[in-house]
Amino acid sequence: MIAIGARIAGVVVLGLALALSSDAFLTANNLLNVLRQASLTFLIGSGVTLVILAAGLDLSIGANVGLSACVAAAGMKATGSIALGVAAGLTCGTAIGLVNGLMVTLLRLPPFIATYGMLWVLHGITYWYMAGQTIYGFPQGFRLIGSGYLLGVPVPVYLMAACLAVGSVFVRYTTYGHEIYAIGANAEAARLSGVPVRARLNLVYTLSGAMAGLAALVYLARLNSAEADIGEPLMLPAIAAVLIGGTSLFGGVGGLAGTMVGAILLTLVLNGMNLLSIHSNWQPLVTGVIVLLAAWLDLVTRRRIEAHA
Amino acid sequence: MPGVAYLLVVELIVFSALDRSFASGPNVLNIGLQSATLVLLALPMTLIIMSEGLDLSMGAVLGLAGVVLASVLVRGGGLTTACAAALAVGAIFGLANGLLVVGVGIPPFIATLGTLGIAQGLAVAATGGRSVVGIGETLPTLYASRWFGVPFSVVIAAAAYLVFHVVLYYTRFGTYVFAIGGHRESLTLAGVRTSRYHVGIYALGGVMAGVGALLLTGRMNAGHPIASIGMEFEAIAAVVVGGTSFERGNGWLPGTLLGVLTIGVLRNGLNVLAVPSSLQSASIGLLVIAALLVDSIRGRG
Repeated sequence: MIAIGARIAGVVVLGLALALSSDAFLTANNLLNVLRQASLTFLIGSGVTLVILAAGLDLSIGANVGLSACVAAAGMKATGSIALGVAAGLTCGTAIGLVNGLMVTLLRLPPFIATYGMLWVLHGITYWYMAGQTIYGFPQGFRLIGSGYLLGVPVPVYLMAACLAVGSVFVRYTTYGHEIYAIGANAEAARLSGVPVRARLNLVYTLSGAMAGLAALVYLARLNSAEADIGEPLMLPAIAAVLIGGTSLFGGVGGLAGTMVGAILLTLVLNGMNLLSIHSNWQPLVTGVIVLLAAWLDLVTRRRIEAHA
Repeated sequence: MPGVAYLLVVELIVFSALDRSFASGPNVLNIGLQSATLVLLALPMTLIIMSEGLDLSMGAVLGLAGVVLASVLVRGGGLTTACAAALAVGAIFGLANGLLVVGVGIPPFIATLGTLGIAQGLAVAATGGRSVVGIGETLPTLYASRWFGVPFSVVIAAAAYLVFHVVLYYTRFGTYVFAIGGHRESLTLAGVRTSRYHVGIYALGGVMAGVGALLLTGRMNAGHPIASIGMEFEAIAAVVVGGTSFERGNGWLPGTLLGVLTIGVLRNGLNVLAVPSSLQSASIGLLVIAALLVDSIRGRG
């Protein structure tokens, strides 16, 4: 809990610094915009949080968002039905997650390289499927998911809050959640204590895929257009958010609240760069540095805890 | 005969049967040219994977080194200066990867994912995402030259292979590389400064990305910030298909060379059959997963 406190303090300090350096920062519009952007990163990051809690990794999430968004877009255009498009996107994301899970549990492939291979398979399929075209213009009812407001607050922020609430209850207060932490802390010990390790790993990868599918819908609804490359820039920020949020790369430590704070912190940095007119071309560089800093912080914290133990 | 060799033979037979132009002289030369840059990346990637590591940043570092190389040439610098600059960029990133993985202890796929972001970000920010053109005639002429009838890039790739082969199999460094993979603890206990050699493996990866930049820039006649994105994946694919394992320090350098050819022939053959390049990447992805599966089954059996 102290760790979360320090991270919230980081958000406040960063917010104050930005408020002092740019007049445009402390406007309701901009702050809501930050929250809306952060909610997309959180939605993708929340599934990855579960995977990393179980000491795995999912590098295919960005490509998953890309393909799921394109499938949802094509489905909606072809059938004219919002429900069918949404169902197609969610099914696509979830199915990819399940395949990742099966590669790790059934075929026993190392998660980082299996999901990295999956990244390129999805990348290829998406580019082939789209063949250079753009699908755009979706019904107003669908676009609400990404760009609508409810009581003055963007709809994606409600989704973030809902996923945080449901997800936190799931990981903290259900046996499933406890088992995921146990697998991340020590998979062998968990197995010997009767935890169905493979079933739970399948579950976290499938959930990660499902969350990518959901994020794809939100992203598609906001952009109002789908192209083959839309998912590519999304992987690094999502992993950065999870790591800044204090979820340990080595598994067993962390949670969804941290990932939300991480997503907001990262978005604040990128938003601040935007307000200070730093070109968006610099964003991958800054995100890369943040990933490295967060990983380093994780190691330092772990060593300190081990020294105390 | 190892599995990868069977795979290559099957590919050759299938593609020759399906399309007559596949086995023609010019096309075989084309496969060699296309595979040369990949050889440069796959060689150090073999050592990195043998050390139970991974380098996801190689393609991005190659892109950045290419941009730097081209910029020096555009500003009127000599080819030697430009090459030195490209190699320096590669060496800095390789060293950084090594220090982050070995010194700090960050898992390799996360550490090199971070440096991937940094290298790609620098390359795109410095160029605004556009190619650096107007590099003059020196490098393209060198690239187009032939040494005893063999294209320059193939000569470089062959020389790199020989150097890596000798280093891995006939020097102390090579022996340590094998040990770092499977028996790191014993190596350290034997009094070897393991970390130093371990960092060296990653530094080598960066330097080779710099050499790759020389070939790619020569071939494209420009420094392109993102043309090499994903090239590390083909390198990883070549290594894994070639029979090097992610665990136990099992590596086989000739296998990597066969792996590069397998990937090159696959891409070229699918190209000749007019399969879109997007599906070529997808098929390489599947090939990697299949190769991992074979390795995993062998490890269990």
